[in-house]
Amino acid sequence: MRKGNVHKFGDNIDTDQIYPGRYLDISDHKKIAEHAMEGADPEFAAEVKAGDIIAAGSNFGCGSSREHAVITLKKAGVGAVIAKSFARIFYRNAVNLALPVIQIKDLDFKENEKLEVNLEEAYIKRADGSIIEFTPLPENILEIYKAGGVIPYYKAKHA
Amino acid sequence: MHALWKILAEKSGQENVEAGEIVNAEIDLAEVNDLYLQVIKSFYEMGGKKVWDPDKVTFVFDHYSPTPTIKAAENHKQMREFCDEQNIEKLFDINKGVCHQVMPEAGLVYPGMLLTATDSHTTTHGSFGAFGTGVGATDLATILLEGELWFRVPEVIKINITGSLKKGVMAKDIILHILGELGQDAAVYKAVEFAGPVVDNLEMAERMVLCNMSVEMGAKTSYIKPDQTTREYIDKRVDHDYTVYETDADFEYDETYEFDVSNLEQVTAAPHSIDNVINVKDAGDVKIDQVFIGTCTGGRVNDIKTAAEILKGKKIAKGVRLIVIPASDEVMRESMKKGYIDSLMESGAAISAPGCGPCLGAHQGVIADGETCVSTSSRNFPGRMGSTGAKIYSASPATAAYSALYGKLIGGAE
Repeated sequence: MRKGNVHKFGDNIDTDQIYPGRYLDISDHKKIAEHAMEGADPEFAAEVKAGDIIAAGSNFGCGSSREHAVITLKKAGVGAVIAKSFARIFYRNAVNLALPVIQIKDLDFKENEKLEVNLEEAYIKRADGSIIEFTPLPENILEIYKAGGVIPYYKAKHA
Repeated sequence: MHALWKILAEKSGQENVEAGEIVNAEIDLAEVNDLYLQVIKSFYEMGGKKVWDPDKVTFVFDHYSPTPTIKAAENHKQMREFCDEQNIEKLFDINKGVCHQVMPEAGLVYPGMLLTATDSHTTTHGSFGAFGTGVGATDLATILLEGELWFRVPEVIKINITGSLKKGVMAKDIILHILGELGQDAAVYKAVEFAGPVVDNLEMAERMVLCNMSVEMGAKTSYIKPDQTTREYIDKRVDHDYTVYETDADFEYDETYEFDVSNLEQVTAAPHSIDNVINVKDAGDVKIDQVFIGTCTGGRVNDIKTAAEILKGKKIAKGVRLIVIPASDEVMRESMKKGYIDSLMESGAAISAPGCGPCLGAHQGVIADGETCVSTSSRNFPGRMGSTGAKIYSASPATAAYSALYGKLIGGAE
């Protein structure tokens, strides 16, 4: 279960807005986190609290293949991203790094609304107690989440 | 099945695959570019010792090449050391160019292969009948470990391009027009096939532009059925058996679109999204500061030739900077032999070493707050080429050259 406040964003939030290309040579994860969502909202990295949830429109994470876009959100404390749809490479990267990504076609969350996300049982609980169900993730993807990402998943296999 | 599905079926050892199915497929070539030292870090973190097959791994230094920062130089250094330790011989160092041009030129790309690279524009290789798709650093690290990756079998969208192109209209105009009509989320998680008489008549470099930019509508991969034009390019470069898969006659596409391009004019993706496409002549009076001709979208010989012919014997407008970056060493040398580089320099162009250049805002021509750039590259997101306060108009090399000539966004001679 993950709990946090909603930060709302629009459609087609691309990876340059999530993590501008000029910082791509940074590989220290703490420093990467300082630029989270900088291209879309320069105040985001300072304001986001651990567990907070991004609620966005369609095609979230479009653009480049940069894994920094996931690392920056995860290390900045983002607990989950909910969007109408996700760009493919961002989606894969998020799975690999165990950042919960949830696709919900009809979104009407409010800014700062408190949500609880249950990835395993595929539902979101709103502050008023109402429940929104989403399509459960395929088993192979849930296993990667359970392991804490693809690195520990493979580590267990290869160590 | 679609030819792309047959590739996934073959690589995953299955008779049949269906859209939505998840398969584990063997990778024919895994490319790492110089953005992703994380690939190596993740590989070792996962307990990796030796890569599964060094002959199927290639490194291309293109995004930060030659290195603009000490950090980038350290990344290159560690990547060279990794290649050395792992016996990876296909290291294309700072003297080669953009991976999506360098790999086909080196004969590494052929029909029927499954190619993954740490770059979203890996869809480019669909123009050779390959299944090419971009992956993130950690995905690539799992490939180095095991030589395979899970894939969701994509639905396929077919785009038929018919009619005949007006003089001065290029593949870049076609794909921008399609993006403008369909939108940047039209093919999210799907594959896009380009077909029809216009595609049949395009040379390889122009076909590559279509497949390259299919990712801007969210495509996982793209495809153009290999023909005589493909074979002529491949057969003098590729030293590898290959299979051209046929799409079954009864295959049902997810969507089929028809685009008659007979009336298509020069178009541009105006700031700040790639599907914000308008006719160049309708853009109004747009004063510009910089023109960039280059990248895996618009930096090939015919692009440079087009610009050189437009600017031949003329000077670019006062106050405008023209940056030309050939996509590869081969492109640069051919452009030099044909006199295009000399001619462009005579017109006032600055030429930089082959690579991605300022496309992603790394170096070799990043733009300042308040500036406007016409670029042959594929993205115009806020901040893509430098300041988030800059504007990028994505356009064809012809439009870029005319814009440099007149100092404003324009698609033809005044």
